[in-house]
Amino acid sequence: MSNRTVELELATPGVDAAGNAVRVPLGVEPELAGEHMLVNLGPQHPATHGVLRLVVELDGETVVRVIPHLGYLHSGFEKLGEYRHYNQIIPLTDRTDYLSPMANNVGFALAAEKLMGIAITPRCTVLRLIACEMSRIISHMVWLGTTSIDLGAFTPFLWAFQERERIYNLQEMWTGARLTTSVTRLGGMMADVPDGFVEGLRHFTRTFPRTLSEIDRVLTRNAVWVGRTQGVGALTAAEAINYSLSGPMLRASGVSYDVRKDKPYLDYETYEFDVVVGEHGDVYDRYLVRLEECHQANRILAQALERLPAGPVNVADPRVILPPKSRAMNDMEAMIYHFKQVMEGVKAPVGEAYVGIENPKGELGNYLVSDGTAKPVRWRIRPPSFINLSALPKMAEGHLLSDLIAINASVDIVMGEVDR
Amino acid sequence: MKRVLETKEVSGSPNWLTTRFEELIKWVLQVTRVDKAVNWSRANSLWPMPFGTACCAIEFMATAASRFDFARFGMERQAFSPRQADVLICAGRLPFKLAPVIRRIYDQMPQPKWVISMGACASTGGIFDNYAMVQGIDTIVPVDVYVPGCPPRPEGLLYGVLLLHKKIKGESLLDPALRQEQPLDERGLRLPPETIDEISEPFGNSVHQFRSA
Amino acid sequence: MNASVDALRATFSTAIGRAVESCGDTIVYVAVDRLRDVLSWLRDTPGQQYDYLVDVTAVEYRDRERPLEVVYQLRSLERRVDLRVKVELDPRGDLTVDSVVPLWRGANWLEREVYDMFGVTFRGHPDLRRILMWETYAEGYPLRKDFPLRGRFSRAEQVRQALTANPEAHYSMEELSIADGFAELPEDMKERLRRGERGKLPHSE
Repeated sequence: MSNRTVELELATPGVDAAGNAVRVPLGVEPELAGEHMLVNLGPQHPATHGVLRLVVELDGETVVRVIPHLGYLHSGFEKLGEYRHYNQIIPLTDRTDYLSPMANNVGFALAAEKLMGIAITPRCTVLRLIACEMSRIISHMVWLGTTSIDLGAFTPFLWAFQERERIYNLQEMWTGARLTTSVTRLGGMMADVPDGFVEGLRHFTRTFPRTLSEIDRVLTRNAVWVGRTQGVGALTAAEAINYSLSGPMLRASGVSYDVRKDKPYLDYETYEFDVVVGEHGDVYDRYLVRLEECHQANRILAQALERLPAGPVNVADPRVILPPKSRAMNDMEAMIYHFKQVMEGVKAPVGEAYVGIENPKGELGNYLVSDGTAKPVRWRIRPPSFINLSALPKMAEGHLLSDLIAINASVDIVMGEVDR
Repeated sequence: MKRVLETKEVSGSPNWLTTRFEELIKWVLQVTRVDKAVNWSRANSLWPMPFGTACCAIEFMATAASRFDFARFGMERQAFSPRQADVLICAGRLPFKLAPVIRRIYDQMPQPKWVISMGACASTGGIFDNYAMVQGIDTIVPVDVYVPGCPPRPEGLLYGVLLLHKKIKGESLLDPALRQEQPLDERGLRLPPETIDEISEPFGNSVHQFRSA
Repeated sequence: MNASVDALRATFSTAIGRAVESCGDTIVYVAVDRLRDVLSWLRDTPGQQYDYLVDVTAVEYRDRERPLEVVYQLRSLERRVDLRVKVELDPRGDLTVDSVVPLWRGANWLEREVYDMFGVTFRGHPDLRRILMWETYAEGYPLRKDFPLRGRFSRAEQVRQALTANPEAHYSMEELSIADGFAELPEDMKERLRRGERGKLPHSE
């Protein structure tokens, strides 16, 4: 049988006058003259890490083409943001990347404060850094647990989630919620850390490396793990940059770019930590990068706990920070400030600001445009998972179907952020 | 036995024989407690179909992990194929794009099946009262237990599961309506349009949430 | 102010509009028809080297007189410098811009999202389809300011449209035609595709 080569122009319905399908030129010429299969993976599927749908064209077991379909979790965040005050958007940010909620809160608060020109207190700076690094650990623990399940190892999932429970305890102690923390506010935090938090976190930083080394012992030199991840889904550095990848995906391909070092925020330049850079850009390197990033996050946390300064956690600006309830109930001026903030919201000056932070998944950017009112004109989330996922077809084509699962897992997507 | 058979006797009525037969069967089933045995076995081995979409799915996974462990309550195996599942747990928000998917998954589940709507978004649309979000999965599939929370704590989900156990234990094999499939009508809806609009209305009286500036 | 602005003015003179600074970021406005040239110059010229595309998005203002802006956030990894490039389009007119996918592959999905949310068409994009909403979404472009928050249709109608779409509406035409998929489709589906009724819902008025 002959090879089939076909043409397609865009903006046609895909069906010609005779009623035959007008086809797309295949990137890979089929070797066997057999027919390909079109297989639908998802959106409900245990291994797609959320509601991602992959339409896969298979030649036997080899993936010829994979077409991701998104939008199954599109929640209209950016539209909602135009109808909410800046402080009301903070709870929305929890729900985009729900695996590392405190990092999202911090990212948005930094962007809003840059827009309004608010400088936060030293204590708040260190607390936000602690929040970001805690989020990094819990996000990577989910990634580790779910990726091991995808590749067949169930036990690291339980170990990783047990570590997450310890961080959840600390998050609950601080904010009252395990997952939807909403920990930041404009100009400060929702609350200062309670007694016992610092000791609890210190205890965590001392015992966490034990779990990491257990997971390392089980996975890193495991023949099945290495066999399924080495050489799979590799991207060169130039490709990674051209695809606008960020975070561990970019660094595993050998590009030493970390927002914390290159565009530092929250005084990251004063902390000692290493940027973990891989070499081959395959799934195995991404695993090693994320595992080592957990060690580095632990290291940063230990340093941050040592230097946590005393002092107020919120700026002393009553137009931005709600006065304490006792004063709001007793003092007229405080009551008026409270009223204005709650009813009218904090007005931002005309302008726009973009702040990118190093989310566990990559560079999470918040782009806020203001027209002088209390609700933004445009709130754009620059979603690292969305952009990282766009490289999936490039990484997966030519590999086997089971490699597709491993590659999809290695991208570390969270559909709440991909679809927003 | 005589008393039971005498209560509904309407001789001459065309249905009196079937009515008496039903009475007899009901009495037999009551005495032998088949209902109770069946309900007990169903409730204590509910295999969940985790339709996890968003943040609630993470709390669902935490409930499945070692700290809270719903395998203690019979949910030993998460059935990712709807054909092998008993209860569909919709954990997370449901956009309109995902609506036909959950309906199809629900239709693929064999009877007996139940639905737990986990979280505020699955129950009512949650904080997402906008163009993209289904305002509660009960507009699409019939729901048995609603678990509120954003996200509900694992203990909350476990309590919802226990409530479902209680509901199942109160069921009866003789009630045909319970195990009937409820397909969509010819318009493609489960409820009449007026009902959908009514239950999707925003509640509370804050107009600020719909004002842009 | 980013030094690239002066270099841009020196090279492109009239194609470069105003340059503003907001909260420490530099924003430069570029004429729509020269966008591709400006951006490839920024990417390829040594000394500029904006090799990393951070984001592509669009902004529509509440003030109806202001133009709709398509925003390109660029970064030079080597020099650690950011630049924001904007083009202005008439919100009531034709929203068309050249695609930058040939320059940065990462722009592929980003531009699809701008198309989905704002209705901006990108000339030369390899696969311009909706990405977050479904392809046959009939309510419009959600992030436009004239699009109400809760959508244009009633909730019942939105549920109905979501549930009664034909099976072929969930696949792109590309997917239906590859892998012999088209030949094996059911006859009624093929008929609907031939008549161009892929997005038609049953019981629609």
